[in-house]
Amino acid sequence: MKKLAPKTTPFHECLAALNETGIWKHWSGYLAAPRYQYSTTSEYYAIRNSVGVFDTSPLFKYRITGPDTVRFLQLVMARDISQCQVGSAQYTCWCDPDGFVLQDGVILRVGEEEFWLTAAEPSLHYFRATASQLAFSGVTIEDISADYGILAIQGPHAFNVVSQLTGAADELRYFEMAQTEIEGCLSLISRTGYTGDLGYELWIPTAQAHRIWQCLMKAGEDYNITPIGLDALKMARVEAGLLLLDVDFRSSRFAWVDEQRESPIELGWRWMFRKLAEDKREFIGREAIETQLTERTNRWVTVGLNIDWHDYKRVHMEAGIMPPKHELYCESTRNIYRRGSKEWTYAGYATSFLFSSLLKKPIAIAKLPNELAKPGTEVDLEIAVIRKPRNVLAQVQRMPFFNPPRKTQVPPGGNSP
Amino acid sequence: MKKDAAYDAVVIGGGHNGLVNAAYLAKSGLKTLILEQRPLIGGAAITEELVPGYKFTTFSYALSLLRPEIVQDLDLVSHGLLVLPMTNSFQPGLNGEYLLLGPDSDVNFHEISRHSVEDAESYRDLSHLIDRVCHALKPLVDEIPPNSMSQDPADLAEMAALNQYLEDLPADIRAMLEKFTTCSAAEILDDYLECDLLKAQIASSGIIGTKAGPRSKESGLIWLFHKLGEYDGVQGEWGFHKGGNGGFTQVLARAFESFGGTIRTNAGVDEVIYKNGKVTGVLLGDSTRIEAPIVVSALDPRRTFMQLVDPADLPSDLVQAIRDFKFQGTASKVNFALSDLPKFPGLNGHRNAFTGFTNIGPSFDYLEEAFADCLAGRYSRRPFLDCCVQSTVDPDMCPPGKHIMSCFVMYTPYHLAESDWDSERENLGDTVEATLEEFFPGFRKLVEHREVVTPLDIERVVGLSEGNIFAGEMFSPQMFLNRPAPGWNQYRTPIAGYYQCGSGTHPGGGVMGGPGRLAAKQILNDHSTATSPAR
Repeated sequence: MKKLAPKTTPFHECLAALNETGIWKHWSGYLAAPRYQYSTTSEYYAIRNSVGVFDTSPLFKYRITGPDTVRFLQLVMARDISQCQVGSAQYTCWCDPDGFVLQDGVILRVGEEEFWLTAAEPSLHYFRATASQLAFSGVTIEDISADYGILAIQGPHAFNVVSQLTGAADELRYFEMAQTEIEGCLSLISRTGYTGDLGYELWIPTAQAHRIWQCLMKAGEDYNITPIGLDALKMARVEAGLLLLDVDFRSSRFAWVDEQRESPIELGWRWMFRKLAEDKREFIGREAIETQLTERTNRWVTVGLNIDWHDYKRVHMEAGIMPPKHELYCESTRNIYRRGSKEWTYAGYATSFLFSSLLKKPIAIAKLPNELAKPGTEVDLEIAVIRKPRNVLAQVQRMPFFNPPRKTQVPPGGNSP
Repeated sequence: MKKDAAYDAVVIGGGHNGLVNAAYLAKSGLKTLILEQRPLIGGAAITEELVPGYKFTTFSYALSLLRPEIVQDLDLVSHGLLVLPMTNSFQPGLNGEYLLLGPDSDVNFHEISRHSVEDAESYRDLSHLIDRVCHALKPLVDEIPPNSMSQDPADLAEMAALNQYLEDLPADIRAMLEKFTTCSAAEILDDYLECDLLKAQIASSGIIGTKAGPRSKESGLIWLFHKLGEYDGVQGEWGFHKGGNGGFTQVLARAFESFGGTIRTNAGVDEVIYKNGKVTGVLLGDSTRIEAPIVVSALDPRRTFMQLVDPADLPSDLVQAIRDFKFQGTASKVNFALSDLPKFPGLNGHRNAFTGFTNIGPSFDYLEEAFADCLAGRYSRRPFLDCCVQSTVDPDMCPPGKHIMSCFVMYTPYHLAESDWDSERENLGDTVEATLEEFFPGFRKLVEHREVVTPLDIERVVGLSEGNIFAGEMFSPQMFLNRPAPGWNQYRTPIAGYYQCGSGTHPGGGVMGGPGRLAAKQILNDHSTATSPAR
């Protein structure tokens, strides 16, 4: 019988040699390491104090080209792609006609009529079918997933490392990109990432992946460059307030009922539509989103929760145990109740929970109705203490939880405390 | 005589406890001034760039005991608190054997099994029991201890509550607590483990900074004390503050200033001024007089009671207790700038070995031999070393590709029988280098710069009497109810308005901040009682 072995990324052999734990997970059918060393915290702090490298190759990668590309993307994407100049990138989402989010992703404008896009779920057919329905003949969508591997180099020393490989990093501002040669290999660099820190992502042609990996490791050696796994990355992304598909929301495409679907407004992406009044595009989902914006008909908002440390400690100490803090990251649903009600009155739920080692407190990403979504609002978050439900005080907070100046600083500085 | 603006509170000494104390006072609204004799704040928690680009943690070098409440109460994260994990503990042996413990308990099980399969299992039992003992002690560590000498009904009730609390503890915790306070680390460890390499590694926590060997009965309590810390809730684990402990005290200073506090450096205090048993202010070395109804000494008990005030004005039993208080510093530091990582022959380039502590002291016999030198009045010919290659945890400690290594050195008695520290300073440095060369062949060639800090230097620079890093030995007669003296363990002094908040008070030494925090609690209690409207 033929074995259906998991796929491996172009960097797999290099990373496998560094995986001390031998543990692999599956991510979009590829082998991906949850962690490389026994301490996730050490990997996490590479992102916050030195430099971490994450293999993000399992993302789906598409190249969209042709004379109709801008007009096509203006209709498909929720944000106006014409606002994204050549050499820039945009974090955006695409919705269904009811204004529910299908996916989010980062799109890079490589040329006037050339865009590269990463997505968590396959979308080739969706984009092609949509182009055909909208009768755009001058747009070509190609799947280039197998042609490139992507490395995210993230952390205060990311620039010090990447600048040894390419001069292109010198000029890049936050969410800018450039095509560049690295060791004679045509690559693409963007100042983007999923950590909320200073960082870059490098698109490396698959055939050159091993060679460029070695160059990167050599450049990073003196800066303690550390391969980081999914667990450390996810901790960082919660602090950065970045949502994760299938954890903080799901694609409308595979939802059964609208209760499982969410609009960009409900996901906390109101900021994407700041200029909607001047924006005359008839993009997919516009009507529903506009109604939610003007009539506040969104059912909930995704917000940050700042969990009260003293209360968190108290409920555990009362049970006779130490409050769990170490490497505590959870993707399970936790209920939220209105504070002060005698009965537990359901208010919403948290999707991601993290005891932030950096911030020294528990934080969460949560869904709350409009009237409870204002920063400073107090709610009760249910947690399990020795398997029994206990409520702890939490306060609504604007995300991101952590937003260091170095993330957007030009030129990118080193690591001053 | 010059006279300066009046403050609500003046804190003498800008070490970590002075800073913590002052920050709590300032946060509560008191106009607070810190007076620091040196040009920089931080006390024994400083980082100095002795060679351009190389940062040395001159004295203290890691964090664990810091009370988590302080981080929250003073909002230290927003002022730059960044504690990196120190994940490994490396114990090189002689003859190429070693023990490398890390963050994963299953991996540790197999690593210990290489030496003893039974130890691998017993180590888990012992660790869990110690965790439970520490957890049980937390309420005592984080509260103002009762006054054992008072006949006041409220104090008597507190003593009774304390005894009840201890009596109510589970029997195994109580029994273990009894052992820790009365037995040596070696005695306790011998009950659980057989592997000398492992036992010596654990016992090193019982001798740090103390004139005690692993077989001295005082070592049990010192060991327990060092286990009271945590890293993100994992008990007994350590971290390294960004930029060293000097980075940490800078965070405290920023927090203090954000609450409106004022720091004055190069401002040594000559004496505390008081009249009719009540403090009125302080007098600086330059004759400046600063008035304040609250004066807090963050200095050690000898300086707090015997130098800043006239002992003749104090009760004789207190004066006697402070005279008897043992300092007898035994620790030194030798810090290195290195061109590369040291190499341990058996490890085959395993880089991660250094991301934590490296412990040079492979057996009880080794440690006792080192201690025997100390008892004879000389520094150990083959010292115990607690080393950290800090650049593996924080690459910003030195230029890329280079390394910084901090070595805590035992035993180096403050009183040398046949020499003095000014003559022996560099000889000590050579001895440490020779010891490291023995374990890491080729070490000498890596040394680009060296800093030697003897107990005399600690006393001269920081002001800690006899260079005791804990501001006085942490022997059980000098702890808890008796720190620094029976009846004077609640941060007050016989002079109204004059308080103590240094490591010579409960809970004790280490970069803990507990004394500073609890003293502030006491001061603010007293202050609110004094200023509340008459009933």
